[in-house]
Amino acid sequence: MAPAMAPAVLLRAAVCVTGRFPALAGVDLEVDAGETVVLEGPNGAGKTTLLRLCAGLLPLSGGEAVVLGCDLAGGDRSGLRRRVGMLGHHANLYDDLTVAENVRFALRAAGRPAADADEAMTRLELVGRLRRTAVGRLSAGQRRRVALAVVVARRPELWLLDEPHAGLDRGGRALLGAAVTEAAAAGATVVLASHEPEESLPLADRVVTLAGGRVTGVRAASGPEAVARGGAHVA
Amino acid sequence: MSIAPPPPPWSGRRRRTVDVIGAAAVLGVAVTVWLGLWVTPPDQHLHDEVRLVYVHPPIAWVALYLAFGLAALSSVLWLWPRTRSGAWDRLAVASMEVGTVFTALTLVTGSIWGRATWGVWWAWDARLTSTALLLVLQLGYLAVRRVPADHEARARRSAVVALVAAVDVPIVHFSVDWWTTLHQGGTITNPNLSPTIHGAMAWTLLLGFVAFTLLFVWLLLVRYRVVVLAEWREDTELALALHERWAEGAPRAEPVAVPREGTVPAPPAGVGATESVGPAARG
Amino acid sequence: MWRDGVLVAGKDLRIEVRSRVVLHQVVPVGVLMLVLFAFALGPATAPMVAAAPGLFWVAVLFTGVLAVQRSAALEGGDGTRDGVRLSGLDPAGVFLGKTAAVTVQLVVLEVVLCAGVVLFYGAHVRSLGTLVASSAAGTVGLAAAGTLYGALAAGLRVRETLLPLLFLPVAAPVLVAGTKAWQSALGTSGVGADDPWLRLLLVFAVVYLALGVVIFGPLQEAP
Repeated sequence: MAPAMAPAVLLRAAVCVTGRFPALAGVDLEVDAGETVVLEGPNGAGKTTLLRLCAGLLPLSGGEAVVLGCDLAGGDRSGLRRRVGMLGHHANLYDDLTVAENVRFALRAAGRPAADADEAMTRLELVGRLRRTAVGRLSAGQRRRVALAVVVARRPELWLLDEPHAGLDRGGRALLGAAVTEAAAAGATVVLASHEPEESLPLADRVVTLAGGRVTGVRAASGPEAVARGGAHVA
Repeated sequence: MSIAPPPPPWSGRRRRTVDVIGAAAVLGVAVTVWLGLWVTPPDQHLHDEVRLVYVHPPIAWVALYLAFGLAALSSVLWLWPRTRSGAWDRLAVASMEVGTVFTALTLVTGSIWGRATWGVWWAWDARLTSTALLLVLQLGYLAVRRVPADHEARARRSAVVALVAAVDVPIVHFSVDWWTTLHQGGTITNPNLSPTIHGAMAWTLLLGFVAFTLLFVWLLLVRYRVVVLAEWREDTELALALHERWAEGAPRAEPVAVPREGTVPAPPAGVGATESVGPAARG
Repeated sequence: MWRDGVLVAGKDLRIEVRSRVVLHQVVPVGVLMLVLFAFALGPATAPMVAAAPGLFWVAVLFTGVLAVQRSAALEGGDGTRDGVRLSGLDPAGVFLGKTAAVTVQLVVLEVVLCAGVVLFYGAHVRSLGTLVASSAAGTVGLAAAGTLYGALAAGLRVRETLLPLLFLPVAAPVLVAGTKAWQSALGTSGVGADDPWLRLLLVFAVVYLALGVVIFGPLQEAP
């Protein structure tokens, strides 16, 4: 049942040392293209580090890691970063610019047409006066939505979401779920770290448990939604 | 589970070699000083002040060209992806630190010489000013080094600082040179009052160069060893931290960890122990 | 690279127009420095006029540090500079764009300071061409070196004290050359030849622009 394509994310005994601390102490993980995987685990397990490693932001200290065909042990990770959309803890937005300006800038930086910005903002219900508001004046949850709009607009091959539900109200969570489902249907690979299983499990094909910097369990996300989505892989 | 740390690197024969170099260096400097102060004759014009020529130019040469040049070169070699290696970073920091001391000494001996020949402790001439600025640049490098960060980030930042400093030094030199020589009015005290050097003086000067170069090499090696030891200790701590981290997670089959550049040891359970974690780390 | 540079420069300048930090805070600090110099040297104007070129450039250097810090802090100076790396922008382009934006801000600053020097110290401008050319070249060089070091120090907790320590010695040649060039432009020095100074400022600018373009990318990799 495994597709002939190479997996989107392939980690073998990956070790990642941040500062003097081995945040990832030997991770084995394989995510097929088009799959949606949820990472769960206690605080300090290394979920954020794993996501940042896959985004090409952190160097690999040991083991093997290949993301979207790019070997992370090699020097050049900038090519990978353009194909990845990351929603981290920090929104990476410019407080003095409006929502629309931020999204348009991010799109033009990524080499995408600025027209996509409007569509993405509408999908996340960032309309009307909200678009002309400076990001610095928004609430944290609204800023998250803007950051998500940036990811949606860029249409990356790999989505890396770090606790995306945190800070979002119910409406925001619904929008997030819709965006993720749409992206997965379009073939994007999604890796989501979450502390909220009720929100994230319905979106996932598989659930990976992380603890102490290593993968301690892998299981299929149960439920009719997982089966109903075409091409679901059962581990 | 006990982990026997490997013996610290640079012990035994290498250490003895360094000690021999050190002894030779100290001896050379002592002989130079003795010759310079007592044996060689005073210069016709400069009298006894000339004796600093055995000390100041060698120190200046070591500081500016040898130490700083070496630090800048190793920084560039580290930055270049193809030649990148931890050794260059270690060499750069050792060379720059020892070089800073020599730069300070250059300023001190230059100032003393200035006091002896011109009567002032400081003069804004090209050499002294450029050297003073070099000292500040080097202090900036050391400050960047002190910022806590992981090896690669710190090496990257300090290499850039060294490179910028290296690019800046010639520019500073030219600008300050023109600054003093193009200035009309006011005498320019020229430290290039080269005394005529001949005979015993020439030999002493040569010995001075050799001795101070040797002194620099010795101090460089000592400092390099300290860097190596510090990194070795960090690696050992990292190995311990890794074992603790493994204990955090639920027990499962141990993964195979392939260490890179000897920085990360293999996990326990009998899978190919590397040098960082001793053979006692099984099971 | 150029496209990204224009994009980033536009973004930085737009942020400045919105927030007016440089205009409302950095420029006043520069003017304040001129006033403080007057207190230190005055009240007779003769020593102030003689020192005017140097004081101008010292003020530019110190306020330049502030402007560069602000520019670097825009990219999220809270320890994670992921934004620039994730954006897909060419680092050399980011460098050029930020340098250009800082240059524009410094030019505004210098126009104000120049007016201040003429007003407060009673200086007379003899050769406007030299003044403008030397200031332009010096400013670009300062902006380039400052942007490079600003990126290095950004995100470090000690950046406020580290950046001046790193940047000011490197900027010293600009101070020397700029002062000399201004001295001949304001006619306060006996020497007429200003050629080596302008050339030095141009060399400085070119060297640091080139260095920044090459080194900015590798520098960003320090997480």
